[in-house]
Amino acid sequence: MTKSELIEKLAESNPHLHQRDAETVVSAIFGEIAGALARGDRVELRGFGAFSVKRRGARTGRNPRTGDSVSVAEKHIPFFKTGKQLRDRLNQGNSKP
Amino acid sequence: MAGQTVTRAELSKSVYQEIGLSRNESAQLVEAVIGEIAAALGRGETVKISSFGSFAVREKGRRIGRNPKTGEEVPISPRRVLVFRAAHALKSQINDALTQADAGKARAELLSRAKAQPL
Repeated sequence: MTKSELIEKLAESNPHLHQRDAETVVSAIFGEIAGALARGDRVELRGFGAFSVKRRGARTGRNPRTGDSVSVAEKHIPFFKTGKQLRDRLNQGNSKP
Repeated sequence: MAGQTVTRAELSKSVYQEIGLSRNESAQLVEAVIGEIAAALGRGETVKISSFGSFAVREKGRRIGRNPKTGEEVPISPRRVLVFRAAHALKSQINDALTQADAGKARAELLSRAKAQPL
């Protein structure tokens, strides 16, 4: 499923919503999540999962081809942890007897 | 880092600020979006949100694990896990906002060096 298919589905199940409004809704949601992460906040959606930011400290890396050492600067990366309910949902039917 | 937690409440707030819907309806729409994504993942579909990232379901095979405390072997049954891969746009938005100025300077320096000495 792509973002545009998600927008279509949302517009279909909410007939009073224009396609354009459905697009605004979806963009607002992902925009808010991205904005929160860029402030260093955590985004927790119970039952779905949580987005957070992890810091990776500066380190000395190596060019695997030449073996040269290069310094890698500190960086911040987004991280997602699946919620319990969603994890269980993915494993419905093929879980332990 | 600010360290605040954003929840469904803030997401629906930004929805009703964007379009003039009621709080109640905005909350329902947020729930519907999350629900559609979860349903697609439940069907084993990959969900791709451009300039945000993609959620994919990965099948993990059976393997033998070990209880780290007792050393006892425990079978881990095959299962499905969800992996999220952030889009480049999201990664750079976050990194540019949070990584300190000196790291930014180092980046700018690397960039200018790259410009001065093309590959």
